[in-house]
Amino acid sequence: MEVLTMRGISKSFPGTKALDNVDFTLRKGEIHALMGENGAGKSTLIKVLTGVYPKDSGKIFVDGVEGEAHIHSPQDAQNIGISTVYQEINLCPNLTVAENMFIGRTRGSRVHWKENERKTNEILTNLGIPAQANQELSHCSLAVQQMVAIARAVDMNCKVLILDEPTSSLDDKEVQMLFGLMRDLQARGVGIIFVTHFLEQVYEVSDRITVLRNGELVGEYPVSELPQVELVARMMGKNLNDLADLEEIGQKKENVGNIVYEAENLSSSECKPFNFQIREGEVNGFTGLLGSGRSESVRAIFGADRVTGGKVKVKGKSVHISKPHEAMKAGIGYLSEDRKRDGIIADLSVRENIILAMQVMKGFFHPMGRREMEKFADEYIRTLKIKTAGQETPVGSLSGGNQQKVILARWLLTHPDYLILDEPTRGIDVGTKLEIQKLVLKLAAEENMSITFISSEIEEMLRTCSRLIVMRDRNIVGELTGDDLNQASVMQTIAGGGR
Amino acid sequence: MMQKVNSRNRQGLSQLVIPLAALGILILFNLIRGIIIGDLGFFSIGTRVNNDGNLVLTGNIISIIDDASALAIIAMGMTLVTAACGGQDISVGAVGAISGAVYVRVLAAFGLDHITFPGVLAAFAAACLVTIIFTLFNGTLVSVFKIQPMIATLILFSCGRSIAYMITGSATPQLNAPLINSIGKTIPGIPIPTPIFLVIIMGLILTLIFKVTNLRLYTQTVGINQGAARLNGINPTLIKLLSFVILGICVTMAAMIQVCRLNQLSHKTLLDAIEMDAILAVAIGGNSLGGGKFRLSGSILGSYIILMLTNTLNDMSVKPDSIKAYKAIVIIIIVIAGSPGFKSKISNLWEKIHGIEKKTVSGEVH
Repeated sequence: MEVLTMRGISKSFPGTKALDNVDFTLRKGEIHALMGENGAGKSTLIKVLTGVYPKDSGKIFVDGVEGEAHIHSPQDAQNIGISTVYQEINLCPNLTVAENMFIGRTRGSRVHWKENERKTNEILTNLGIPAQANQELSHCSLAVQQMVAIARAVDMNCKVLILDEPTSSLDDKEVQMLFGLMRDLQARGVGIIFVTHFLEQVYEVSDRITVLRNGELVGEYPVSELPQVELVARMMGKNLNDLADLEEIGQKKENVGNIVYEAENLSSSECKPFNFQIREGEVNGFTGLLGSGRSESVRAIFGADRVTGGKVKVKGKSVHISKPHEAMKAGIGYLSEDRKRDGIIADLSVRENIILAMQVMKGFFHPMGRREMEKFADEYIRTLKIKTAGQETPVGSLSGGNQQKVILARWLLTHPDYLILDEPTRGIDVGTKLEIQKLVLKLAAEENMSITFISSEIEEMLRTCSRLIVMRDRNIVGELTGDDLNQASVMQTIAGGGR
Repeated sequence: MMQKVNSRNRQGLSQLVIPLAALGILILFNLIRGIIIGDLGFFSIGTRVNNDGNLVLTGNIISIIDDASALAIIAMGMTLVTAACGGQDISVGAVGAISGAVYVRVLAAFGLDHITFPGVLAAFAAACLVTIIFTLFNGTLVSVFKIQPMIATLILFSCGRSIAYMITGSATPQLNAPLINSIGKTIPGIPIPTPIFLVIIMGLILTLIFKVTNLRLYTQTVGINQGAARLNGINPTLIKLLSFVILGICVTMAAMIQVCRLNQLSHKTLLDAIEMDAILAVAIGGNSLGGGKFRLSGSILGSYIILMLTNTLNDMSVKPDSIKAYKAIVIIIIVIAGSPGFKSKISNLWEKIHGIEKKTVSGEVH
């Protein structure tokens, strides 16, 4: 039975047709993956469904609503049982779990907190969420926060639950916990729309897949009838033959040069002392579960956190790096893990975002000329194929993948000897992911750049890195090279024991 | 290429649409009112010979631009602080009183009877130095201790005028030298009031600074995303402190103008309540009070709008005590017209009316 039917949905923005006559159906008790590359129209479809954007044409029918459903605001959507849990959790971290569950839902002026806490605990146990009602939300892990957001949505009698990239900041164990909850809700008859970039996850939990491309519906398939490669091909609009080429992203470089960067007992406020070195033209990676200290280690290298000790040599010379500026001067670039928080300057233009790091390196008293900036911006918009209306477009209005390319351009422009890329492919589409991996190998091979590549997807690292440093509980627990570079040995080293 | 240039200008100038429109409407209003009452005196510019025997320009428009000088200069500094820190300095009036007190104190040390050019320069330099120390105090609280700007500057807001009193004592020294009049009123031989030139000079200096340094880019970056600014090698603390230094210079300049204009110093009334007008000027100029992107010209325009509004109400013989209420009504309208909420409502409405046309256009693009 269909709980939601969307028919012929169209939506245009000035200059683009974001959705063109798209159909979508969701059954009761189904997990339905909504797939597509960045800019395919997934977010727009969801925003139309939840009343954030008005649709230009088309009809929406929701189970329990007579005739056409008119959704003009997120409030309307919620009232008829459509709830959304976003990637960025929209709860108040400084309130308790119970307060978060009931905030904005109480009728009248009296609030029965005791009663609410009791109810919250009931819901939490019922759904198997490891949290306490009177616990401050910020004390829960991200995964649990996300589950609380879902519990809140479910408790409001939702029939349609939209999960927008719910797993992108969770580690494997937390993902499994979330999937458990999703299956539980599925069994209770909730229809779940699952938006994600992780293909494996789609195949793990979904029943059906709807694929969008360039604002158009490509098709709707039962999971069992659409192999993973086919799905990628549909998303990208390419034949399987083309895909084979894409998989071949280039050759890893085997012979590497002199040591470019060397750290001895480097430690920061966020990580324990560690030793590390990287050679000219080498691509290596830090791997480990979320929170294992892989990001903290590279932040220490770049001086992003407070450096507390250790000796650092760059190209054999002793240098002192305690802040980003010093690292930049030593020829190090760093693309941070959290694009929104630490990367983009949302209101500034694409041009300003691209030249920012280079401008800072030139110094406060040496501003670049307008023409020079435009030349550089133009060059990188072209080479990295950044999709933007123009140089002066605010970078915040670009899609995630293109924002990432802008930041990548920013660091490439400084021509670093050593470039650190922390999760450069997170939350971006398959095509762009491959482009970035290709670029990494090309930079190492052709420009002899040393690169540290960090990714949650081990396959990606196996494809690009010739050396993997494995971390667990903020310690380096292994280093893999050559034949050891395979999924099994990485997993084994991460898990520890039995070696 | 041509199209590119056009779109760039359009984007940059869109911030000025509302303030320019407000100014236009005010002018239009006065014009119509003038025609109805048969007296266009509001716009008349005349000349007269002042007490010192100099020929000077007179008229409403001149006095509006002249009177707005101190406000416009402080609004420039406020714009930078706002952009970098995402908050405002509410102590500028009180710190201005300190600044004026130091200025007069140093002049008095040289002797109030024979005020010389070096004396004026020394007084200005000393006042600048002291004022910057005070604004840096604010800046340190804001950038190092991360206290909200309004709370941090509340301290000097409440005690600044007492400090000014301690510097000068209860006396309200009179300054009656020709040189003082040249700064606060007009220079002999030049009919345009000097403060107007000082605004232009300050504006040019800041424009020049933006030209030869990265201050604009850094300030905007820090104001939009401090964490990212740091990871790109910018020192946010330094940029914020720098904005307070510039504010200090602006405040000193404004204080000097007011002291010289009134020929006396009163720690109680010097630049009284100017902080609120300055913040308002920044907002009317289309700058976000939450920091980030900014335009100095917007704030300057905002200052002139505020003064023109006051002047118009005066001209309509609204009682001085009720002027603020009328002013508030107009300002609410301007601020709402420039707000993001209003803009999105308007563009939604626009889309509804022109919806069908737009669809076909975008279809072609696609």
